[in-house]
Formats: sequence, structure tokens, C-alpha cells
Amino acid sequence: MSAELALSPRRPLLLRRFAGVSPVIVVAGTVLALIVLAALLAPLIAPYDPNAVDLMSPYEGSSPAHWLGTDASGRDILSRLLYGARISLAGPALVIACSMTAGVLLALVAAWCGGKVDAVISRLIEVLFAFPGLILAVVAVAVFGAGFWAPVVALSIAYVPMVARILRSVALRERNLPYVAALQIQGVPAPRIAVRHLLPNLMPMITVQAGIGFAYAMLDLAAISYLGLGLQPPTADWGVMVAEGQSSIIEGYPQESLYAAGAVLVTVVCLNLVSGWVAERYDVRGAEL
Amino acid sequence: MPARWPLFVLRKVGALVVTLLVSSLTIFLALHLAPGDPATAIAGGTKPNPENLARIRAEYNLDDPWWSQYLHWLHGIVTGDLGTSMVYKTDVSTLLTARVGSTALLVLYAGALILVFGIGLGVLAGLRGRVTRTVINVVTTVAMGAPTFVVAIALIAIFATTLDWLPIYGTGEGLTDRLAHLTLPAIALSLSYVAYVATVTRAAVDEEKVSEHVETAVSRGTPQRLITRRHVMRNAVAPILTVSGLSIAGLFAGTAVAEQAFGVNGIGSLLVDASAKGDLAVVQVISLFMVAAFVVVNAVIDAVNALLDPRTALEGAAA
Repeated sequence: MSAELALSPRRPLLLRRFAGVSPVIVVAGTVLALIVLAALLAPLIAPYDPNAVDLMSPYEGSSPAHWLGTDASGRDILSRLLYGARISLAGPALVIACSMTAGVLLALVAAWCGGKVDAVISRLIEVLFAFPGLILAVVAVAVFGAGFWAPVVALSIAYVPMVARILRSVALRERNLPYVAALQIQGVPAPRIAVRHLLPNLMPMITVQAGIGFAYAMLDLAAISYLGLGLQPPTADWGVMVAEGQSSIIEGYPQESLYAAGAVLVTVVCLNLVSGWVAERYDVRGAEL
Repeated sequence: MPARWPLFVLRKVGALVVTLLVSSLTIFLALHLAPGDPATAIAGGTKPNPENLARIRAEYNLDDPWWSQYLHWLHGIVTGDLGTSMVYKTDVSTLLTARVGSTALLVLYAGALILVFGIGLGVLAGLRGRVTRTVINVVTTVAMGAPTFVVAIALIAIFATTLDWLPIYGTGEGLTDRLAHLTLPAIALSLSYVAYVATVTRAAVDEEKVSEHVETAVSRGTPQRLITRRHVMRNAVAPILTVSGLSIAGLFAGTAVAEQAFGVNGIGSLLVDASAKGDLAVVQVISLFMVAAFVVVNAVIDAVNALLDPRTALEGAAA
């Protein structure tokens, strides 16, 4: 402890902030940052066009020309993974943005108004909670057809009760603290208290929920793509790549499926590790989806 | 038994029925509002003649208001008339009975794996030394993030190329062959839940291990085996049961992926197929069935928990 204290003032700010953080979390965070960076910079760093077919060189192993080899149609797997990161991250991001916004609003309104409003919202949450996200997505696809939007919209709705349920209980606890009453007595309008004072105090929980939710959304969307109900080939998407590569496994070329599945797995595990760390650091309890 | 029991049971059953009704209404309306005319879809062809359309409309009550159609549909579900598949041109119930066995077996198989390995590994991690604990922690952290389709791909890659102990495709005939065919799907389906249950079990055991009554027992010189069984496990069982039950309830929706990956001819793969082809009648029934299975299993867990620990029932009734 004392050695750490003696050293810390000399370290740069960023390092000092993360002093004492387990190296596993640092690695997980770095990996996540790299994945996001890869998605953003895909057009700059991808060695090939992700859809450039080269029928003369299918199923190539790793080589200096194709770091991760090629798939059944000779497309560069690394380039498809890099481009795939974009839509594979964009889908869950959209789902989380929508469901968190709706969930936080519902939780705040329920906690603030209490009484009948709270009872109605709580019942609604309880009933909708019975709907597994995957099932709602499959129903949505049956109605609106396969593609990017039907599963994303369905999951956005399916995740709301999970978000709202836990946030409502936290918001309720926060709302009954003396500082809220003090603000009310001072005549601060309710929406202002909710946004300026309650919301910042809910932020750790919201962050953890968003992190865990993102991981779940990524798994669900990838599973839907894998089932052929989401994005369609030849789109470069991790779930689609797992499905497309499956037939090549039997022929002895598992690389496409394995790399794409690995990309999903690494992202999700890192997200869960970092979310768990945030939860521990801010003493967030009961954050689960 | 406390006097509030009847109230507790009534509340639970009431909530169950309401949830099922709302779910069925949601599913019905979602598919009812689907674009396209169902009569045209049933008639097939590009330009069905108006007489034929009118006959179909009358036969399927398509001109009734939506609530009448909903009640008609619900009545059919309750009495066993599940409607007609537009793609397979047969009764939905015929399609289901041919496949429900595989799916039920798969869920049972995966559920057994969750109970045996989830609880077993969790208890091991909680009671054994540091090395066992660390190994199990690392494995469960990775496995918890591993979704069914990723595990499925890994298993197919292993068993298609290097090992050929188990079949990687199809449903199989007879019980032993079917179990062999369902082994890999069951592992793929249950792995992340096994990890989850193991984590929760370990946490529950940890918490009980340092509790006051266990320390008292240790200081009195009670044998370790007895402490583990009587004092640690008995108190740790409630959270373990809850998450195990929740996991098993979650298995139903997961069968879609596991069956599709390994070519098992079950309800899950039928749902995926029907959804892709827009076979609304089939999607309606199977999704309702899966939601119902989830809700009912949840209610059973609540009931078991309340029997084991009546305090939970009283809390529910008092709230």
C-alpha cells in the first residue's frame, strides 16, 4: 500500500487512475478498445475488400497474404472479420441505446410517481419479462421478414423490462433518500431533480446494465444471424460468417466459423469482465439481465 | 402452515394466467398485424379467384373483428385445434407431435447436465483448495460468455474432424441412438447455464461457509462432512435452486439454436424454419408454447422455493 502511494504521484494520470486494477481487466478493456477501433478503421486497415471473391484460392490457410486465410469463395477472412465488427457492434449498440432509454424513463417515472403509476408499470414489466428476446425476435422476423431491423427492434423491446425492473428498484431507493426531499422543499421541479440528481446517482447501475445488456444483445443478434433470420449473406457479419463457415467445417476447413465465433466470444467475455469490474468498483448489486 | 398460504397460491396462479393471456394476445396481435392477406397466402398462386378467396375467408373467419379471431384461436389452442400450416399444408398439431419428443428429450438432457455439473462444479469450487477454485473460475468465466451457437461450432469442429465418438447431425432412431444424437446439442445448449449455476452455487457456498452458525459448528468440533451437508448446503440450496430453475426455463427458447446447429428435427428448428418462411400459424403456436413453458417452469420454482422456505411466500403475500 505504502509503496503504491509513494509511486503514484509520479505516474501519468491515466496509469494512476487504473493503479490497483487487476491486469485481467486492463487486458479486457484494451481488447474491447481495439475491437471498436478495428470496426471504425475497417476501410483503412482491412487488406482486402470483404466481398471480393477469388474462386481460384478457396480455403487458404494463414499466410502473409491472408493472415487468417480465405473462405469457401476465396474471400479474405480477416477483412470480413474487420468489416463484420462494424455491423456486429452497431446492432447491439442500437438495441442497448433504445432499450436503456425506454427502461430508464419507465424506471424513473415509476419510482417518482409511485402509487398506481408504479403498479401499472411494474405489472407491465412483469408480464413482458416472460418473453425471451430470441422468441420475440423470431416472431418479428416471421412478420416483417429477415434482415437487420426486425431483430433489432424486437430485442430493443424485449430488453426494456429487464432494464426497467432492476433500475426501478434502485431509483425507488434513491428517491426516498433525504436529499430528494430537501430538493423538493426548495421547490426544484420534479423533472429537474430526476435528471440532474437521480440520474447521475443511477449512472453506475446504468453503465453496468448497458455493458451486460450489450453482451446479451450481441449474442442474441449473432444467434439470429446464425439461424439465417437476421442479416443475410454475403453481408460481412460475425453471426453470418459462423453460419456460412459451418458447411466448410465438415470438409476440414473450420477457420471461418471458428474465427468469427471467437470474435463474438472474446468481445462478450471482455464486456462481462469489464462490466463486473465496474459493478464491483461502484458497489452495484443485483445487476443482471 | 401459515394462514397466508391460500392467498399466496391464489396470487401466483392469477399472475400466471394473466401472463399467459397477455403473452398469447401479444403473439396473436403481432402476427395478426402482419402485412399481406392471409387468405391469398392460403389460396396460393398469384391470382386466386374471388370465390375461392371468399370461401377461405369464411372458413378461417378472416372477416371477423380481431378480438373474435383471437378468442377463436385461443379456444382452438385450449381444445387442441392448433390451426393449419400454410407452408406444410397440414395441421400444426401433426407437425408438433412428430417433433415434440426430440425437443422434450433435449431439454431434459440439458437440464440434467445443468443440475449435475453446475451444482457439482460450484460445490467443488466452494469447498476445495485454491487450485481447483481458480481453474473452475477461469473455465466458468469463459463458458458463461459462450453462447449455444459458438459451443456448437466448436463441438462440430472437434467431432467432425478429429473425434468421431458422437454424431454431429440428425435426430436418430430409438432411445440410445437419439440420446447419442442429442448429446452434443445438449452440451451446446447447457454449457453457459452450467457455468452460471456453478458461479452462483460457489457464491452461495462461500457465503454460508463464513456465516456465524457454521463458525459455531466448527468451534464445537462438528465433523467437516456434517458441517458441509447440514449447515452449508442446506442454507445454500435456495439461490442454487432458483438459478437452476431459471436456467432450465431458459432452455426452451435456446432449443431453436441447438436443434438448428445439429440438424435435430424438433420444435425449435421447426420454429426457425416457419419464421423464415413466414408460416404464421406455426410461429404463433410454437412461440406461445415456449413462452408458456418458461412461465410455468418459473412458477414451479417459486412454489418449490416457498415450500422450502415459507418466508418467501409470506413476503410475497404481504407485499
